[in-house]
Amino acid sequence: MSGAKFDEMNAGDASVRAHYQSYQRWLERQPDAVMQARRAEAEMIFRRVGITFAVYGDKDDGNSETGGTERLIPFDLIPRIIPAHEWDSMERGLVQRVTALNRFIHDVYHDQEIIKAGVIPAEQIFQNAQFRPEMMGVDVPGNIYSHISGIDIVRAPNAQGEGEYYVLEDNLRVPSGVSYMLEDRKMMMRLFPDLFSQNRVAPVAHYPDLLLETLRDNSPAHRAEPTVVVLTPGMYNSAYFEHAFLAQQMGVELVEGQDLFVKDNFVYMRTTRGPKRVDVIYRRVDDDFLDPLAFRPTSTLGCAGLLNVYRSGNVALCNAIGTGVADDKSIYPYVPKMIEFYLGEKPILKNVPTYMCRNPDDLAYTLANMKDLVVKEVHGAGGYGMLVGPASTNAEIEDFRKAVQANPAGYIAQPTLSLSTCPTYVDSGIAPRHIDLRPFVLSGKTVQMVPGGLTRVALKDGSLVVNSSQGGGTKDTWVLEDDNYATGQSQTQSQSGQSQSQSQGGTK
Amino acid sequence: MLSRTADHLFWMSRYTERAENTARMLDVNYQTSLLPQSTAVAQVGWQGLLSISELSSAYEGKYGAINARDVMDFMVRDEKNSSSIISCLKNARENARAVRGTLTTEVWETQNQTYLEIFRMLRNGEFERDPGQFFEWVKFRSHLSRGVTVGTMLQDEALHFMRLGTFLERADNTARLVDVKFHAVQSDFYGAASEKDQEYDFYHWSAILRSVSAFEIYRRVYRNVIKPERVAELLILRADMPRSLAASLQEVVNNLKLVTDDSTCETVRRAGKLSADLQYARIDEILATGLHAYLTQFLDRVNELGAYISRDFLVPATS
Repeated sequence: MSGAKFDEMNAGDASVRAHYQSYQRWLERQPDAVMQARRAEAEMIFRRVGITFAVYGDKDDGNSETGGTERLIPFDLIPRIIPAHEWDSMERGLVQRVTALNRFIHDVYHDQEIIKAGVIPAEQIFQNAQFRPEMMGVDVPGNIYSHISGIDIVRAPNAQGEGEYYVLEDNLRVPSGVSYMLEDRKMMMRLFPDLFSQNRVAPVAHYPDLLLETLRDNSPAHRAEPTVVVLTPGMYNSAYFEHAFLAQQMGVELVEGQDLFVKDNFVYMRTTRGPKRVDVIYRRVDDDFLDPLAFRPTSTLGCAGLLNVYRSGNVALCNAIGTGVADDKSIYPYVPKMIEFYLGEKPILKNVPTYMCRNPDDLAYTLANMKDLVVKEVHGAGGYGMLVGPASTNAEIEDFRKAVQANPAGYIAQPTLSLSTCPTYVDSGIAPRHIDLRPFVLSGKTVQMVPGGLTRVALKDGSLVVNSSQGGGTKDTWVLEDDNYATGQSQTQSQSGQSQSQSQGGTK
Repeated sequence: MLSRTADHLFWMSRYTERAENTARMLDVNYQTSLLPQSTAVAQVGWQGLLSISELSSAYEGKYGAINARDVMDFMVRDEKNSSSIISCLKNARENARAVRGTLTTEVWETQNQTYLEIFRMLRNGEFERDPGQFFEWVKFRSHLSRGVTVGTMLQDEALHFMRLGTFLERADNTARLVDVKFHAVQSDFYGAASEKDQEYDFYHWSAILRSVSAFEIYRRVYRNVIKPERVAELLILRADMPRSLAASLQEVVNNLKLVTDDSTCETVRRAGKLSADLQYARIDEILATGLHAYLTQFLDRVNELGAYISRDFLVPATS
């Protein structure tokens, strides 16, 4: 790991970066006791609201209060702030990237021009477990496959010590976390309303509206009033809160597989007034579990016959089946080439340099430098199946080396980025902790998003793993609406002393 | 609305109502056990409480002999007992969590808060410190839950299924309470022999009235001394007494009509008939044929009605 560090708030010379100055002045004025009380208040509210997630394979966290399987994701009070000009460029880069990824998926399941042109080797696609032959030649509305894309972005210092954004990963299957983005903002506005009158923070609360618009845009038949539903694996799924939250915010039904059935090549849900046709399914269930007749036969989370209805164009799935072929870590290194191939543009967002162990040269380099690299299983997710070289013991490295040697094509390696940090409340006070960012990109008739995204923070000192399943927390993410930061004195609403009673009658 | 959603809403309300009524029954037993009466009499009270909940054998299997402390523990904090207050509140909250998107934020937070609080209270020994206060708290949370439901929910199917659950459960619970308390009286219905027994009767009947918040109502309605047949009439037939069988069934019918557009529906017919039977009944006739037999039949009919509601709306047969 290079010694260079980049902090979002504090520049190397002990000065505070321009876009954080207003916040910094505010923070200095807050007594520590008040901030501690706010932390406790936030936790109490999150628990009461039930903003929790379940942890896989962790039946008992010793907390009998919540039945043992529900946990809070720690919320940090210090926001991650992104200046407007940085966001503008990032947003353009995201639109470009997601547009190219959708073009790619469509191409894979139709004419496969990109393979014919020799840009991506055929076996990288056909031997990919996420490639779904069932989708060959199937036309989906608007040729959009990934309607909701979560693009993980990290920042690391370049040679000049400036922060540089990189895309770490594309999530095109069922990306989660957007509810935390929305709830974190709600919490910040509740705890610190004055901050929002002093800073022009771009709002994010309209995300469910954009999502609903996107889902309706993808309705199959020309139905004037398409019926949209959210399909959840159920209340014991780790992201259940989010499924319920989004369904409620959009005003649509939250269904489970058992609520759906197929009849005469249409999908219906069982209601108290008989069957009702379903047009768009925002599914939060993986491909494998969607249809026991087509995929995993033991799945009870999906709906038998769904794939056939889908292939006939009588129901829309968001995201489409088979998007995993484009967000796999073995495809990731090709995304910049995709952008050039489909759009004829230079990529705006950078990829992290990646060694593909399937190439003998890259494999040799990887094996020789495991101590300095992050090695990832191409199908791993959620921070599992990953080796962070500099943070691992020799034994761990040797175990991983054997795994890589046994199946080189199953691994990629990347230099260990020194992820940017952001000041964060920890037990000992405020300390820098590593963060990432997941913006949520919506593709319907247009590609759009709310400013910012979900900032995750690795709460353990030095840790680079931000996943909530591995002890990560979240922060509110501010995109400032203009670059004329409120560096002057903030305006205060000095109305104290003004009488509250306009007229209490009765006066002479 | 999804059948499964309606099912969760219906059961969320039933469990909330059941927790409240269990607290009411425990409270009345606890209060009367403080009166100067023989252990045997108190014993009968606790035994009755278990038998109306059909829990006698489950209790005996676990605790053996009946004593107040154990019965209260069993009915309040035993998570293995699916009828205990903690189980009811937990089930209510689990059902709410499964459909939280259908509930208003206030309704969900009330359910969730109740659930989090009861664990805290039991852990801190607040129940042992003051059982009466604890039962009050359970009742209060149920009032709050009902109030926040009526006060914030859109008046659509979701609300109607919740109300349906509340009143069907209440009809069941009140019938059980009346059954056991009248059963407990060994002496002749029409007055105790000795003066001392008469005094005891007063406390017995007034405790029952208090357990359904009907003591003041009784005075207002009858302006007379407390007589068992009037207590029975009030709790069974008075349509203006909010926890009576007649009032509960009236609400069941009202809410059923709101969720169906099929007036020939068998479920609606059965509910209507049961409600009409209460509306046109006379207490002396009921007592003449035997209260226990009457209530047993009533409970069967309520149970059947629940099965019909389930079949028609909540868990319909597969397509």
